[in-house]
Order: sequence, then structure tokens, then C-alpha cells
Amino acid sequence: MNKERAEKPILRMEGITKRFPGVLANDNVGLELHQGEVLALLGENGAGKSTLMNVLNGLYRPDEGSIYVRGELTDIQSPRDAYDLGIGMVHQNFMLVETMTVAENVVLGLQDLSFQPELRQVKRRLEALGERYGLKVDPDAYIWQLSVGEEQRVEILKLLYRDADILILDEPTAVLTPQEVDDLVGVLRQVVNEGKAAIFITHKLREVMMFADRVTVLRDGKNVATRSTSETDPDELARLMVGREVLFRLDKTACKPGAPVLEIENLKALNDKGLPALRDVSLAVHAGEIVGIAGVAGNGQRELAEVITGLREAAAGDVHVNQRCITNCSPRRAIEAGVGHIPEDRVEMGLVGDMSVAENLALKAYRTSVLSQGPVLSLDGMKDFARDLIDGFDIVTPGPETRVKFLSGGNLQKTILARELTACEGLLVAVHPTRGLDVGATEAVRKQLLEERDRGTAVLLISEDLDELLEVSDRIAVMFEGEIVGVVPADDADVERIGLMMAGEHREEEGAAG
Amino acid sequence: MRIVFEKRQSVSRTIRVLVPVVSLVFALVFGAFLLILSGVNPFVAYAAMAEGAFGDVHALSETLVKAIPLMLTGLGVSIAFRMLFWNIGAEGQLAMGGLVATGVALYASNALPSWSVLPAAILLGMVAGALWAAIPAVLRAYLEVNETITTLMMNYIAILLVSHMYHGPWRDPGGYGFPGTARFPEVAWLPRLYDRAHAGLFFAIIAAAVLWFVLQRTKWGFELRIMGENPTAARYIGINIERQIIVAMLVSGGLAGLAGVCEVTGVMRRLQQGLTVGYGYTAIIVAWMSQLNPWGVLLVGFLLAGLLVGGDQIQMAMGLPAAMGLVLQGALLFPMLGGALFTEYKLRFVHASPEDAVLPRESLPKESES
Repeated sequence: MNKERAEKPILRMEGITKRFPGVLANDNVGLELHQGEVLALLGENGAGKSTLMNVLNGLYRPDEGSIYVRGELTDIQSPRDAYDLGIGMVHQNFMLVETMTVAENVVLGLQDLSFQPELRQVKRRLEALGERYGLKVDPDAYIWQLSVGEEQRVEILKLLYRDADILILDEPTAVLTPQEVDDLVGVLRQVVNEGKAAIFITHKLREVMMFADRVTVLRDGKNVATRSTSETDPDELARLMVGREVLFRLDKTACKPGAPVLEIENLKALNDKGLPALRDVSLAVHAGEIVGIAGVAGNGQRELAEVITGLREAAAGDVHVNQRCITNCSPRRAIEAGVGHIPEDRVEMGLVGDMSVAENLALKAYRTSVLSQGPVLSLDGMKDFARDLIDGFDIVTPGPETRVKFLSGGNLQKTILARELTACEGLLVAVHPTRGLDVGATEAVRKQLLEERDRGTAVLLISEDLDELLEVSDRIAVMFEGEIVGVVPADDADVERIGLMMAGEHREEEGAAG
Repeated sequence: MRIVFEKRQSVSRTIRVLVPVVSLVFALVFGAFLLILSGVNPFVAYAAMAEGAFGDVHALSETLVKAIPLMLTGLGVSIAFRMLFWNIGAEGQLAMGGLVATGVALYASNALPSWSVLPAAILLGMVAGALWAAIPAVLRAYLEVNETITTLMMNYIAILLVSHMYHGPWRDPGGYGFPGTARFPEVAWLPRLYDRAHAGLFFAIIAAAVLWFVLQRTKWGFELRIMGENPTAARYIGINIERQIIVAMLVSGGLAGLAGVCEVTGVMRRLQQGLTVGYGYTAIIVAWMSQLNPWGVLLVGFLLAGLLVGGDQIQMAMGLPAAMGLVLQGALLFPMLGGALFTEYKLRFVHASPEDAVLPRESLPKESES
């Protein structure tokens, strides 16, 4: 890692200011990128990271400031200009055409494309690139056949195919499994070792330490600091990013588990493709206990949550909540049995974007006598209800009448949390509750989960963030290929062993049923 | 200088009013060109249209005659559209309502007490429309059959069935061989207000008021709105989607059926050609232009009816070819429908830079469709 190549930087951004109506997204921001290094751009949601990179990529024009590439002042007016300068960006939501193959997607948009592109050469070159950087993807595969991780590889291949030597990755790890994250580290190392350079946007401290040689921290659209990763630590970075001390260890009281609330016995279910997703899962979660489900994405966690909440049919087995059998009952019956659900996809499933915050908060309680008399809704009741929850859960919104889609990610999640914690009686199923949230919001959500546990609720926490599971859970169950391969207490959990179980290398023989 | 097209962050009340008005002006200018091309003074033609549609009480009553079925079917269609169920079968549901009401009027009048004939015709006509709509609803709810196709196909069945009945089994034996049933007995006549305008207007107003209340203030309406805005969330919060689809379609088809009942008992007083003249299709335009708002449906239905009546009028008054009325109607509708786009989007003039061609992505978690 030749991070001390102190020659001229390959990229220098100086005094970049970008205003949006009512928002100063970037305020006199600058950064430097050298050949052969990975620079992390760290900041909370809304700190201005994406704006700055969109300026670099030609999607936005800065109001002030200048960009030097290889020492020369440039005027980047469009992504095309950026490409010509060797700058390429992998966006958070990928820009691929689902119905076309990998090779076709790679040549899409190339300027010197002949009418009938020589796809065979393209494929050969793609295979060579894949070999060199460890980015293996079948050039003939259709995009819709690929996993998210593979799609990301295609996006990176696209840049490499175009000989980009400044790569920008916008929160590349948000969609990846731990293994894929490791692979990505390897790819980036290989890329920069060949004299290219990469910027990657993140708000996860651990990843900064994993990926980057240097880190530039933004807060509220301003530069806060730039550090070498060898001269800093996560605590300092967190302070810089949030602007205050961050609680890394939550105060966790001892777990006092009560009677079992959720009891799953020999559960089997199929996934969307009709293949077995759950093979004989048995698990119990007790009142006042958080059981975390660890596992690489796609090992049945999603299906488990869906069966419990009535969104997916079980092929065999039983689910009991509060001694009531809810196997294969409707979502409505599951709710009535006391199941609260923080869904994996908060925008697609958890909220109705074009409805108001008040209406979204009422999405479950509207059936109760608090918010309705007979068939008629009580509008005053809804307003009061919303005000209480907005205050109680610290939801930042201009008002209860604001359309929920205008809230930030953290406040969207707080809205769901407020609703679900109020509605649930006994069991809360939380799926990736902090994914994509910044440090402040993550902390708030985790605290709420713990408080809910202390109030006697049983919590089933599904997460891909092992740190989160270790920090919040009382017990951790590891899922692999639709089975629970082990349940360990979180207190003295051995991360190595959990990792092995997640990879299917190890199985706890004694305690598969919690 | 470039022009970019971007989504409005919020839609103000002024825009909601201003856009249709400006669209109307555009439509009139566009129509004027067509009129000039056919050698007619557009001012004279438009004056004749307005005169023919709203000029006197008689003209107004004719406009109402066309407005009532547009309002009722428009309300029915907008209920279905609210939950993203594309019911384009209002025409068939209207036909079935008219057919069953005819059956009651012709064949049950003697068996029933006279006061109950009209209510029975109305009730059974609505039930017929509702059941006709329930078939595609059940197919969609339980078997996921595309409702656009089924509702459309069932129109043909209903329309041809109606046609068969008045050409064949129900043809008036004393009608000199003309297709059509005998005139209904008087007990089955829907009362008229003035000229041919009939009491169906009250049904439309009552239906709009009830729907408005149901949508804004009841749990059922709340669920319907959630289903329309985000079907995934609707399932997640435990709404019984199958039942909701079927109930909403019963209401939708019932309203279209009521329109059919009004046509046969209020306007024609018999079943004959002219029951299915496309109200059920125009209802789709009414629903869209009113943005699925029940009061809006009444207003738009009335204005569109005026356009229909006025268009017929200038054919006669100005000696234009029959097709010209239709061409003009289309020419006027296009800018109106196109203009609706500007309630959600706006044009921005940008000076020689592409800076804002792309929306700040972080501003919105998700753009919603439709």
C-alpha cells in the first residue's frame, strides 16, 4: 500500500459550493485524491457526500469551486465529460438494463460503438478484466439473473472496461454480504495497485478502516477533517462525523427472559422461486429477550420474518405467538395476535410515501377504537395520536400533515418504529432496522429496541450487521441454508465461530432449538 | 438556454386550478385552427357550441341528460382506479343495469305493487351492474387475471346481449318491426325535472357526497387509498386485498348499472339502440381529469357533456360534416389531458448548463407512480 506517494494528486477539488433551493449542500468543500489510494468520504446522511461526488461526476454543476484532474483545471459539464477524464461512478441504485446481458450492458452508451457491436471481443475483454481484478461475472448472463453483489461487479467492470482511473463508489457495501464486502476490498486493492484511485462514500466507520488509506470527513456540507486511517481510530472518526461523543456501548441491563412468546416448530417454507428457503426451523423467543438472527443474505431470514408476519405461507410446521397458533394465517391475524413488524424495505412496504405522517402513523391503529368509531375514522383522534408519537419518538417533521416521503431515512424509520412499537403486543420482528441509517438514527433505533425488550416484549432481530447483533441481542441464532445451525449467547459470543457458522463450516450440535 | 422537465415537490392549489384553465385555452386555440381549416369562423363556431350546450334551459337539460350517465359511470370508474383496478368495463356494467331494469319494467310491473316498480328496477339494475363487475374482480383477486382485458371483453358480451334482447325476444310486437322494446308502463318512469333532464341527477349528487365521505372519513376509504398508493404496504398492514377489490368493484359496477337504469327509465323509457353510446369509456376520461375526486367528477362530467352536446350542435348549426364534431371533441380533450401532466411536473428554463437536469436524488426516498 503505497500511500505515501506524495506527488501531484490525480484529483483535487477546491472550494466546491453547491446550493439547492433552501439547502446549502456543499459549503466550500475540498478533497485530494492520489494515485494508488482509496479515499473514504465519510459523513452522516445529508452531510453532502453524494452531492460532492455528483459534482465530480458531472451530474451537478457547482455554484463555486474548481476541479483539477491530473493537475489541469477542468470544467465537467456532464457524466460524458467525466468519463472522458477517466472518472466513473457506481451509483447506489445500479444503472443496468435488466433484460440485457452483462456484455450488452457494458457496451451500452459507448460512443464509438458500431451498428453491430462485436460482442465476442467485448466478452473476451470482460473475461480478462474479471480474471485480473477478481470480478467474475458471466458476460452472457442477463442482469435479472444476477444477485445484487454480481450487479455491482458489472457496474465496476463497466468502469474498468472504459479505462476509468478514478472510481467513485456510492455506499457500495449497503447491499453486500460480509463475504462480498471482503471481495470488494480485494478488488479495490487490486485496482489501486495498478495506479488507479478510488473514492468510496460511506457512513460506516468499520468500512473506512477496512477499505481506505485516507479518509475525508464531511459534516453538514463542510469539511471537518482529513486523516490517514493509520493515524486515526473509529472513535475519533465517529466524533468527527457526528460532532459529539457517540455511545458505542449501549447500556444494556441483564436480560430477564420470561415465558416464551414466539414459538416456532419444524417450520418449512419456500422462497419466491419455489425452492426450499426454510428447512425445519425451530426457535423460541421469550418475553424480555432479543434474539438476533445472523446469516448471510438469502439463507432464509427474509422468509422466516414473512412467515411469522403472515406474508408468506408455511409448507409445514407451526408458529405460535402468545400461545395462539398463527401458522398460515393472514397478516391481519398476525397483527391481532400481537406481532409488530419493522419490514426490511421501509419505503416499499413499511410506508405510504404520498400519505401524511399522521396517516402513516395510523396505518395499524386505525382499526382500534382510539382512532375510529365504528366504520368512521376520527380525524381529531388521528391528529392527537400522531402528535403524541411524533413527540415521543422524536420524529423530525414539519408537521403531522407532511407527506411522509419528504422525511429523511432516519425519520422514516422512526415513523415505522413508533407505529409498530405502539401496535405490537408481545412480539416485535425487526428486519434490518438500522440499514442505511446514520450513526445518530442507528443509536436511537437500537436504544428503542432495548427499551422495548425491557418492557417485556420479545424481539426477533434479523440483521446482517454482526456488530449490531452482538451489541443488541441476548442470544444469537445463526441461519445457514434455511436452517438454524447454532444458537449462542451474545455476551461471550465468539465472532470467529459465528462467522464459521454463517459460512456453513460449523454447526452447534447441542443447541439448534433455542 | 435549455428547457428541462422536472417533478414538482409539492402541488399547490393554484396550480391545480390554473393548469386546467390554461389547458382549456390551449385546447380552444388548437380547435380554432381546425375550424379555420374547414372554412369556419372559430368564434362563431365556439359561440354556437356554448349556445347549444348551455344557452337556454332546453340546451342545459340536454347537457344534463348526457352529464348524468357520465357522472355516475365516472364515479364508478374512479372508485376502481383509486385502488389501481383498471375497470374499463363501465360500458358493459351500464348495459347490464339497463337490461335488468328493462326486464323489471316490462315483465314485473303487473306483479309488483305500482309504487315498488321503479325502486325494484333501480335496485336490481344496480345489482346487475355490480355482479357484472364482480366477475372480473373475482378473477383478478383470486386468480390474478388481468382486469383490463376481462372488463373490456365483458363489455362486448353485455352490449351484444342487450342488442340481442331488443332485436329478438323483447322486441315490441306492435313496433312495426323496429328494433326496440315496448314503451315502459308509467310506473317505471324515472321522474323528469325539465324537458328530458331527470332525477338521475340527484343520484349522481348523492353518490358523490357519499363517496367523498367514505373516502375521506371511513376506515374502508382509508384502506382503499392505501391500496392505491402502495399495494405492498396494504398487504403488510393486514388489509384483506381480495375482499377490498371485490367490494370496491361491486360499488363501481353498481354505479355504472345505475347509469344504465337512468338511461332506460329516465331518458328512453324503453330499451332500444342508443343505450351504449360510449358513456362508460368517456367515464375513464372523466375520472382522470377529475383526479379521482368525487366532486371533480360531477364538474368534469357536466363540462364534457356540454362538449358533446355543443359538438353535435355545431354540426347542425354550421353545416359541418358529422365527423367534425368528433374531431373537435378530440382536439379539445388532448390538451386537457396533456395539461394534467403539468400539475405534477413543471418546465424550467436553464441557462446553458445541464446542472439541474437531474433531481437531487437525496431529496426524495422514492418517486411514486401515477
